[in-house]
Amino acid sequence: MGGLTVPGAWLRARLTTRTAETATARTLVFSVPDWPGHLAGQHVDVRLTADDGYQAVRSYSLSAPAGEGVAISVQPVPDGEVSPYLAQELPVGADVQLRGPLGGWFVWRPESPDPVLLVAGGSGVAPLMAMLRARERSGAATPFRLVYSLREPGQRWFRDDLDRYAGRDGGADVHYVYTRVSPDGVVRPAGRLAAADLSAPGWLPQDRPLCFVCGPTGFVEHAANLLVGLGHDAGRIRTERFG
Amino acid sequence: MSGFSPGFKRFHRSDDPRLPPGQFVADGFPVLSAGPTPRIERDTWTFTVTDASGGERRWTWAEYQALAQESPTVDIHCVTRWSKFGTSWRGVPVDAFLAHVPNGAGYAMVESYGGYTTNVPLDDLANGRAWIVHEYDGAPLAPEHGGPARMLIPHLYFWKSAKWVRGIRLMERDEQGFWESLGYHDRGDPWREQRTWGD
Ligand SMILES: Cc1cc2nc3c(=O)[nH]c(=O)nc-3n(C[C@H](O)[C@H](O)[C@H](O)COP(=O)(O)OP(=O)(O)OC[C@H]3O[C@@H](n4cnc5c(N)ncnc54)[C@H](O)[C@@H]3O)c2cc1C
Repeated sequence: MGGLTVPGAWLRARLTTRTAETATARTLVFSVPDWPGHLAGQHVDVRLTADDGYQAVRSYSLSAPAGEGVAISVQPVPDGEVSPYLAQELPVGADVQLRGPLGGWFVWRPESPDPVLLVAGGSGVAPLMAMLRARERSGAATPFRLVYSLREPGQRWFRDDLDRYAGRDGGADVHYVYTRVSPDGVVRPAGRLAAADLSAPGWLPQDRPLCFVCGPTGFVEHAANLLVGLGHDAGRIRTERFG
Repeated sequence: MSGFSPGFKRFHRSDDPRLPPGQFVADGFPVLSAGPTPRIERDTWTFTVTDASGGERRWTWAEYQALAQESPTVDIHCVTRWSKFGTSWRGVPVDAFLAHVPNGAGYAMVESYGGYTTNVPLDDLANGRAWIVHEYDGAPLAPEHGGPARMLIPHLYFWKSAKWVRGIRLMERDEQGFWESLGYHDRGDPWREQRTWGD
């Protein structure tokens, strides 16, 4: 199931639910009758068609693992053509077209024994959330740490699941990096992701974690450079850039 | 009525004939990398062409700089749907390297520092359509954009324009490079939207 299938045809996908992650970001779950399954970390192409026949295609990471629906999580960008429509306008019960799953490199497989270090910048948390959820679903005990960089507390996606995973024994280690405003009670001063945020016992270079870094290009470049600087093997750092 | 995405409207796209299907114009610079940016010194940089029978011809940085330079200004198209018009580069046409090795092979594997590979039909690398470049926009190529030197094959999707290039291996039969083995297209012609397997 899933993995490296030929993505091929455009599939009809019906929006079944839309839920709020923040004041503006939304998770959309689609029902896709011919969905072949996917691996955590993969993405889809979404195609919208206007009445005049004009079509627009954008990529979105799958934020839930196989077995939990075909879900994407969208941050509407100002003056964007596709993301505001998906986040606000597409009616529940209406259809779009999807192609996928796409991308066979930025993936985590539950049978992989290595510790995993996830580094998210903003909406880049979406494919990493699929990995955390796939771990939870598989019952794997693989050590997972998520370092999640976000502007301020109101921007935090997937709150309930992240709080649950962080709060239970054998769950995941979750570390927030607030770049502008920290919530009350958080000791780390607000500021850009630093090497110290990425250094935690269990996920040090000698622990040979598999590192997944996702977010805007500038963030990914910065975070990957920090990891290399700390001594992580470049061959074990996988990156996905959102634009 | 298309039956899809009711109420969706075209927003700010242009009908520029320079834009291949499914692409839009970027203000930034397209990036598609599988991992972190390697740091490569010019002093130790070499460029190697390996012919189909294993024979090698190698150039140092100084020898590469001494070759006749060209300054192509081209449009580039990233498979992540960004296109950028009128980018200016400086470097050496790939033909200048290929002239030193026996021909006859139909395919090439472009190889990079850091282990990245991408396969390209030899026709697409030759005939003045591809360069090994070391300057972008009048300045030395930054590491995140592939410096000290990268491949430039503007008529194919930009993942074929391998960053941190270290050589070309000629092949009689096509083999798949890094992204190609992970679902991307073997040729990658943006005008035919050859993005993934089966396109
Ligand atoms: C592999 C991958 C996975 C991704 N996963 C996600 C995800 O999980 N969640 C997510 O939210 N995003 C994700 N993205 C980003 C997503 O694909 C879109 O790029 C994003 O949603 C913006 O699309 P848009 O159509 O809304 O904006 P666009 O219309 O493309 O515009 C983007 C910005 O550029 C400006 N702009 C573009 N063209 C013009 C123009 N001609 N004139 C003026 N301004 C212009 C707009 O003002 C806007 O601010 C992913 C991208 C990739 C490559």
